[in-house]
Amino acid sequence: MSAGAHGHHKETFITKYIFSEDHKMISKQYLITGLLMGIIGIAMSLLFRMQIAWPEQSFGVFEVLLGKWAPEGVMDPNVYLALVTIHGTIMVFFVLTAGLSGTFSNLLIPLQIGARDMASGFLNMVSYWLFFLSSIIMVFSLFVEAGPAAAGWTIYPPLSALPQAMPGSGLGMTLWLSSMAIFIASSLIGSLNYVVTVINLRTKGMSMSRLPLTIWAFFITAVIGIVSFPVLLSAALLLIMDRSFGTSFFLGDIFIQGEVLHNQGGSPVLFEHLFWFLGHPEVYIVLLPALGITSEIIATNSRKPIFGYRAMIGSIIAIAFLSTIVWGHHMFVSGMNPFLGSVFTFTTLLIAIPSAVKSFNYITTLWKGNLQFNPGMLFSIGLVSTFITGGLTGIILGDSTLDINVHDTYFVVAHFHLVMGISALYGLFAGVYHWFPKMYGKMMNKNLGYIHFWITAIGAYGVFFPMHFVGMAGLPRRYYTYTNFPYFDDLADTNQLITYFALFTAFGQLFFLYNFIHSMFYGKKAPQNPWKSNTLEWTTPVEHVHGNWPGELPTVYRWPYDYSKPNEEGDDYVIPGQDYATQVTPMQEGEKQLHH
Amino acid sequence: MTIFLVLLVVALLGVTFWQLSKIFQLSQGKNDNSQIANDNDNKNQGKIMLLFVIAMYAMIIYCFVAYRSYFLPETASEHGKDYDNLMLISVVLIMFVQVITQFLLHFFAFKYRGSKENKATYFADNNLLEAVWTGIPIVTLAGLIIYGLYTWTDIMDVNDEDDPLVVELYAYQFAWRARYAGADNELGKANVRFIEGVNTLGVDASDTYAMDDIVTTELHLPVNRKVVFKMRSQDVLHSAYMPFFRAQMNVVPGMITEFAYTPIKTTQEMRSSDFMIEKVETINGIRRNKNKDLLAKGEEALEPYEFDYYLLCNKICGASHYNMQMKIVVESEEDYNKWIAKQKTFKQVVAK
Repeated sequence: MSAGAHGHHKETFITKYIFSEDHKMISKQYLITGLLMGIIGIAMSLLFRMQIAWPEQSFGVFEVLLGKWAPEGVMDPNVYLALVTIHGTIMVFFVLTAGLSGTFSNLLIPLQIGARDMASGFLNMVSYWLFFLSSIIMVFSLFVEAGPAAAGWTIYPPLSALPQAMPGSGLGMTLWLSSMAIFIASSLIGSLNYVVTVINLRTKGMSMSRLPLTIWAFFITAVIGIVSFPVLLSAALLLIMDRSFGTSFFLGDIFIQGEVLHNQGGSPVLFEHLFWFLGHPEVYIVLLPALGITSEIIATNSRKPIFGYRAMIGSIIAIAFLSTIVWGHHMFVSGMNPFLGSVFTFTTLLIAIPSAVKSFNYITTLWKGNLQFNPGMLFSIGLVSTFITGGLTGIILGDSTLDINVHDTYFVVAHFHLVMGISALYGLFAGVYHWFPKMYGKMMNKNLGYIHFWITAIGAYGVFFPMHFVGMAGLPRRYYTYTNFPYFDDLADTNQLITYFALFTAFGQLFFLYNFIHSMFYGKKAPQNPWKSNTLEWTTPVEHVHGNWPGELPTVYRWPYDYSKPNEEGDDYVIPGQDYATQVTPMQEGEKQLHH
Repeated sequence: MTIFLVLLVVALLGVTFWQLSKIFQLSQGKNDNSQIANDNDNKNQGKIMLLFVIAMYAMIIYCFVAYRSYFLPETASEHGKDYDNLMLISVVLIMFVQVITQFLLHFFAFKYRGSKENKATYFADNNLLEAVWTGIPIVTLAGLIIYGLYTWTDIMDVNDEDDPLVVELYAYQFAWRARYAGADNELGKANVRFIEGVNTLGVDASDTYAMDDIVTTELHLPVNRKVVFKMRSQDVLHSAYMPFFRAQMNVVPGMITEFAYTPIKTTQEMRSSDFMIEKVETINGIRRNKNKDLLAKGEEALEPYEFDYYLLCNKICGASHYNMQMKIVVESEEDYNKWIAKQKTFKQVVAK
């Protein structure tokens, strides 16, 4: 990467907006693609929520959107399962992995470490376009004759392997697997780029112990991705072999549609192991970037250093390490040896420790702060709240004994939506509100941001808190209707309530979309450092330049959290009259390096 | 037409938002259009934070009161009591931590809402505090882990010394079958490759143990005797979920999975328990209301509901996954013996 060369060669529309190698443009591409996929994913959830709430009613909107799969507005059970499956896939991978990590790793890694761009701009571009391709294939799979994949986002074989078992396991599943294989390639290329960039391209003075926590989170996330995504790729490849080439990795002793299959000796449990070896770290691939974003935004808007910087880094590393040895807690009742269940209970509950440390550190950061409630700050506090609520029920689900009766019920659905779904979405929103001025050079409307936050906060709890109780009552997830069990009749009101809240929450997202698009074009022009932040991205000019800094790369003299640092006499801040000292501010005369 | 209406609604919503944001901008006063939170915003949002945590407490209380009948149905198995105990301890602990941490989070947000006069305290590190909130979870979790693992080992331990009743649970798209081991209490060998005609479970006819096996569509269990389920699937993954017995195990093609428990309440006893009387009364109330509508439409009324134990499939298995169930009857040993004597053995079925 030659720094000086940038900004001189002429750019065409195509190299600037489409096949761009500039990390800032790529980050915007990730964000827009992620948001579009998010709209599809959330719309799907509304459809199946309406089906659960009013299973005996027909809805015209079903027929409009689902066509022949909802004749006269009555949803077909296979389509219900397809909606659930694609909702999960899109939200987990396309929105919360690529949309969140792709956007902010790309935007912030070079800007916050003081680099001109990613280590390889070309690979970065390739990574985005592979992601785009995989999104196109996934969306395309919605339109195939027999319907998209419908075996649940975990695509356990044999259901996902045999077209005889359900229509979605035909071409729909082939497309799903192709899409995911490309997605994984994209994610791996992206992650390698992030890791190399963070290790090699930090500017002068930016030691690892002066990195903002965002960068630590993105860095560790990329490492987890590199370790675990290839395992999913191999699981997908083996499944493709079983589906198309007659192998028996996951299949054995199967009699279906009146005939015995030739497969022998394979084990679906093996697939579960391979799947969850990625599947669980994936939770943290989604969550850690959100926590990193929150750390940065809470510190900035509290006008205080983040509490326990080193403990925060330690927790991220501990969570990352533990996340790779807990996958079995998804499989307590899968038929694996109960002794293994004990081991996974032990490792799983250990994760509660670094999670608790992080939560308490966030709360302590607020303590005696001077809190500035910008919309990004509200979403960050919201994240801590849902992370705690959702994380605590993990103590129940991580305990093999208690998992027996709530496994695969709505209790699990409530748990993971709060702890990773909603929390990570809050992280995404917080990041967009906070770094919108950096991305588009405009300010978003704060009042629409407030409305958006409070509708979402009320709606998210309204949807997912009562859902725990529905799960406790024993209602299984992925049921097209529960009217065949009169025992569940008294859950109907609660299920309707949940759906009303879901519609309300989705409605609230329109405020965000409107604000986002409107501000992009008509927003107020952003000042260079609107949130009075210490990190390096705010030292770049508002108008994007190729190479980020017009002149020399900045030199870093301090850690990123010197907010409200008092001077030696204690009568003013180290910079008189200014409650922050950016990372490029040299140490003042007589100032002590208190922490870094 | 519908598309046109949808577009119209979207357009109107757009106008609404535009107007709303105008109104908010005007209410801000002309001099502050920076879109950065000012003291007024901090004051308002801080107050809403406090209101929010109060509302959250109200919601928690409401859920625990209004949904108390959802909370784990009365248990009908021996280990269920240990399970419920552990669940109770965990829930109490979780709610304790939830109430405190949410209060601190939102209360601090309210109390330390920013203003131009305030100064934040530079407080970046404290090893003692970090040690405290690392130590407390370690101790608490150690307790939970030990208690949990003790119970887990107990539940998952299938011991032949108990002289358990052996029953095969057989799953296929989209129904269940039970195969009793018969007088020898030993299941005959089976494999899907033997499926043919009336031998729908693929029992190995050359295995002498198989001759007295009994295949049924209902699951009858004698009360107070341990039962070991050996589970087998014909096609895809299923899961045998018996919530009243705190029992669940996946049913995996190509291998045999196991789960064991002792039922301690007969169906009759469960029906006459306070929990179930109240529950059934609520459900029948709902059904009576529905019937009014149904009769008005000239359709058939729903039967009043009577409780029976059931087993459901709890692993996505295809289109009719939602209706893959089997009735479970727990009864006295005499009743069970009478019932099983009436069923045909494998030998009788094949001979026909």
